[in-house]
Amino acid sequence: MLVAQKFSNLRWGSIAQWWLVFLAALLPLVLLVDALLANRLGADPAKTIVDELGTWALIFLWLTLAITPARRLFNWRKPLLFRRMLGLYAFFYAVLHLVSVGTFILGWRADLIVREVTERPYVIAGFVAFLLLMPLAVTSTRGWQTRLGPKWRSLHRLVYPASVLVLLHFVWLIRASYAEALLYGLLLAFLLGIRLYYTRNWRTR
Amino acid sequence: MLIQKPNKIPSSEITPESVYLNRRRFMQAFAGVGLAAAALPASALLSSGDTELPIYPGPNWLQPKLKAAPTTIVAEDDVAPYDAVITHNNFYEFGTKKSDPFEKAQEFNTDPWKVEVSGEVESPGVYNLEDLIAKVDLEERVYRLRCVEAWSMVIPWIGFELGSLLKQFNPTSKAKYVEFVTLVDKEQMPGQRGFFSSLDWPYTEGLRMDEAMHPLTLMAVGLYGNSLPPQNGAPFRLVVPWKYGFKSIKSIVAIRLTETMPKATWNQTAPGEYGFYANVNPKVDHPRWSQATERRLPASLLNPRIIDTQMFNGYADEVASLYSGMDLTKWY
Repeated sequence: MLVAQKFSNLRWGSIAQWWLVFLAALLPLVLLVDALLANRLGADPAKTIVDELGTWALIFLWLTLAITPARRLFNWRKPLLFRRMLGLYAFFYAVLHLVSVGTFILGWRADLIVREVTERPYVIAGFVAFLLLMPLAVTSTRGWQTRLGPKWRSLHRLVYPASVLVLLHFVWLIRASYAEALLYGLLLAFLLGIRLYYTRNWRTR
Repeated sequence: MLIQKPNKIPSSEITPESVYLNRRRFMQAFAGVGLAAAALPASALLSSGDTELPIYPGPNWLQPKLKAAPTTIVAEDDVAPYDAVITHNNFYEFGTKKSDPFEKAQEFNTDPWKVEVSGEVESPGVYNLEDLIAKVDLEERVYRLRCVEAWSMVIPWIGFELGSLLKQFNPTSKAKYVEFVTLVDKEQMPGQRGFFSSLDWPYTEGLRMDEAMHPLTLMAVGLYGNSLPPQNGAPFRLVVPWKYGFKSIKSIVAIRLTETMPKATWNQTAPGEYGFYANVNPKVDHPRWSQATERRLPASLLNPRIIDTQMFNGYADEVASLYSGMDLTKWY
């Protein structure tokens, strides 16, 4: 009885937490729309929106990559509950980012789009990252997980090259200040480096 | 916000009504399709900000000259609204974000102001800006400004021809170039304190002598009938309308006439991306983005105003002859 009660409390707690994270992850979008409607995005709202959405896609991707290290380093298992959601949020912000670029910056002008996607290295890096993330988003459901079996894990390792391309996309856009990029770069180096470290240790053991 | 004496002016005086109404129409259009829009109060749809913006009357000695300035050259394009021009700036001395100059330059002290003139001139020295301006007549000119980042605005400057200023110092026959230097003042300019900033201060720029003496080349001291706001490069700045915006150096403290090509900050920082000439040229792309088109600001989301960039920013008839025989792909 006591055990059952504790279990159900924990369940309810988990559901509440899941919703909390779900709503918190929507907050950047809500704030952005609010700023837009209040005319607080300045003379070039398109650029601000594109940059913000892109940055949030990056942040959510990094958060998704932080779940496994959190478990390994601190035996912190709770975040595992949110990994799929965070990954899908990264994709969600990436989609909004891409749609914003197409609509607000390029005006869906075919000539401009073709040039951007074929000639600009930073666009190519970002676009390829998006293409890599697409199958991961599609196969993120439990159904696909069972259907693919062990292949699912290998497929989802695409997130590593995708994250490196995302960083490259970010860095290649910079005109002068590298502080922000350095921060994201160091974080990614840590998140990927720790995986390398664990893989090696596991092999030698 | 740090705003000195925010003199109130009705927004109707600074924003053309058509622009104002268009923006509101867009806001309403967006609200119709917006995701979270339905949850927000209707008052959020009104453009607020405009009447709260500061204006910059300038020092007493300058005001009568600003008021007397006749309008001489006007680009046919719609003039940008005041709020866009004073809040969307690239002025890395105050930070790399577009909003940084407006937010961080309001206390910037620009009067009195001294300018050091040196190099190949017969009358070098340190001059008071007030004394230099006393000898020239001001005029208003509406120019297109094309940023190297592929956005543009149409701006009503008040100023005088750089040539009329340089003549005051009697350049020698050896003067082939003009170098300009921006103030270095870490106290007042937070962007100069940054450890990660990749620009070396002071910001410097340069022009060839014939470019400097060209009648379109302006030294601006005013904007929208008032003095130049600090975030726009007060108290005086260069405006070269056929070149990318970064050539139009702000808050100038030194002018040197030289025999050899002077160093220019962006050219030194990334020579493969920013040339010394930096003429607006839709056929020569920046290595990372296209220069064939530009986004005319202020843009709204549903009307991004993507327009084709013109050779020499539309001033080819006046300036193309300066570069005849030059390979502009090489001398970008």
